[in-house]
Amino acid sequence: MTAVAVVDHGAGNLVSIAAALERAGADVRIVSDPDALADAAAVVLPGVGAVAAAMRGLRRTGMDAALAAWDGPLLGICVGLQVFFERSEEDGAVGLGLVAGTVERLSGRPLPHMGWNDVVHDGDPLFAGIPPGEPFYFVHSYAPVPDDAAVVAATTDHGGSFVSAVRAGRRVGVQFHPERSGWAGARLLENFLAEVEGAADAA
Amino acid sequence: MLRKRVIPCLDVADGRVVKGVNFVDLVDEGDPVELAARYVDEGADELCFLDITASHEGRGTLLELVRRTAETLTVPFTVGGGVASVDDMRAVLRAGADKVTVNTAAVLRPRLLLDCAEAFGRQCVVLAIDAKARDDGTWEVYTHGGRRETGIDAVAWAATGAALGAGEILLTSMDRDGTKDGYDLELLRAVRAAVDVPVVASGGAGEPDHMVAALRDGGADAVLAASIFHRREHSVGEVKARLAEAGIPVRIPGRAA
Repeated sequence: MTAVAVVDHGAGNLVSIAAALERAGADVRIVSDPDALADAAAVVLPGVGAVAAAMRGLRRTGMDAALAAWDGPLLGICVGLQVFFERSEEDGAVGLGLVAGTVERLSGRPLPHMGWNDVVHDGDPLFAGIPPGEPFYFVHSYAPVPDDAAVVAATTDHGGSFVSAVRAGRRVGVQFHPERSGWAGARLLENFLAEVEGAADAA
Repeated sequence: MLRKRVIPCLDVADGRVVKGVNFVDLVDEGDPVELAARYVDEGADELCFLDITASHEGRGTLLELVRRTAETLTVPFTVGGGVASVDDMRAVLRAGADKVTVNTAAVLRPRLLLDCAEAFGRQCVVLAIDAKARDDGTWEVYTHGGRRETGIDAVAWAATGAALGAGEILLTSMDRDGTKDGYDLELLRAVRAAVDVPVVASGGAGEPDHMVAALRDGGADAVLAASIFHRREHSVGEVKARLAEAGIPVRIPGRAA
């Protein structure tokens, strides 16, 4: 089984992401100690709330530096994706800076953008077997604005198009919640694990 | 496009699903986790568990139920009932809930909404409002499970709550709750106009057309219902088919996992 480290930075719901990854076939460890990443084949960075709070949690344990140094497969979810970027408009928070760009407030209403919305992807392997336009569950008010359009893997519309999935090499991230998105979310997590296993086989 | 949501609600007392008319005369309607699984199979977009006993003894039972639900459910769920502090909310979120409703405690101490939003993000803070029509065409907030009047205007409270940190309003019409006469559309429209956050309509659903009305004419973002689903008078699938037919964007889960 693929050993997946789910990073606990103090905020949010780890029960549902851990259970969803286990259903997808992962051997899940919840970690807050940076040293624990050494044994993992992949890292999942979940998160709800705001970038500033997530970053405080990551800095407290030194996990911020460990994630920046981690060059294996990484999946960011919601605020876990937002912290990939350099800074957020929300409270002027500084992120990990793994991907060039910012995080900005959505223009659509109602806000938070809450519920199931269409994810139009470009055929990225993360979405194998999932038709473009399949709805996933979102709950957020901010979304990433990458500098380089080439990292955009999917977009969604809420009063204007926003980036709902990102791929920058082995770092991937989704603005929606695969652990709460029914069959399509389960498939996406399986695709991520398949990619991790493929990478391990190639190594 | 963002889809309108259909949310079966499970009123829970001592680990069982119950339902009463106008908040009294409770009847046992089944096992929460079993019902939850059935609703998800039928296409529920979210679920809502309201602990209507909210006693200290029942707290452990509730958290255990939340944990079991979180481990098996593949859609989001909201938990409410008796949440009076940041620590209460943390316990429910750590057990695996996606969102938590606050009601009485927020009326008594509005700052609770601010504190919870700061601690966990406003996206998981749901302000539940139990509202009852007054003779002058306005609505009054009731607390303590609908037993205590407050003199507070429900529409103004919704706006204040959203400004303080609520990321969603769960709006229950006490006049309609359990009656199956349809949602209070006037109340919905008034609150919808007062806030930018999503509004969930609750109280009065008796048939799928009531949901069409709440979403289309009332401006609700989601509809919540209990008894019509529990008693299998209408399935979630039937409701969504009717909504789609009426031109309302809904998610029809087509493929098996």
